[in-house]
Amino acid sequence: MADVLIAVCALLLLMVAVGLLSVLRGPTRADRMMAAQLFGTGGIAALLLVGTASGVEAVVDVALTLAVLAAFASVAFVEADRQAEGVIAKEDRK
Amino acid sequence: MKTAADVFTIVAMLAGIFFFVAGTVGLLRFPDTYTRLHALTKADNLGLGMVVLGLLPQTGHIVVALKLIVVWLLVMLTSSDVSQLVARAARRQEEGT
Repeated sequence: MADVLIAVCALLLLMVAVGLLSVLRGPTRADRMMAAQLFGTGGIAALLLVGTASGVEAVVDVALTLAVLAAFASVAFVEADRQAEGVIAKEDRK
Repeated sequence: MKTAADVFTIVAMLAGIFFFVAGTVGLLRFPDTYTRLHALTKADNLGLGMVVLGLLPQTGHIVVALKLIVVWLLVMLTSSDVSQLVARAARRQEEGT
């Protein structure tokens, strides 16, 4: 069964890699961020698969950490975007 | 019993891979930012859910199985929030230009 899980894991990582092309293509910043989000979800799935296949239960904790960090990354993106807009708006007023 | 669990796992994994492929194709092929966001956040979460469902019979311990479900719930919670935030940021960028 472990072989099947590792094969599924490889397929998922391939899908994530293809999805990361969207970082290059854009066209908006939000699209690039979405590719990072895809990397988060795909990475969590891959970690859970590896953890179960190898029987190392600590890997599930790593996946849990990645889930939290992926959310923080997106929140940081939105917040930085908002602040950048604010700075531009202030410069326009001058 | 073992065989039934393995068959269940394989079927769930195939469904999971299908949804991940759908999410990636949607991210690359859909026409605008909002539809891409839609494809990504729904399809990928369902894919992860299927993978977690498939892994449940393979875990040795009930605690590990519960932890897998917690990971999935956390991802669903955060990605629904994040999709709202990203959509708002995308709209702001559109209005700005």
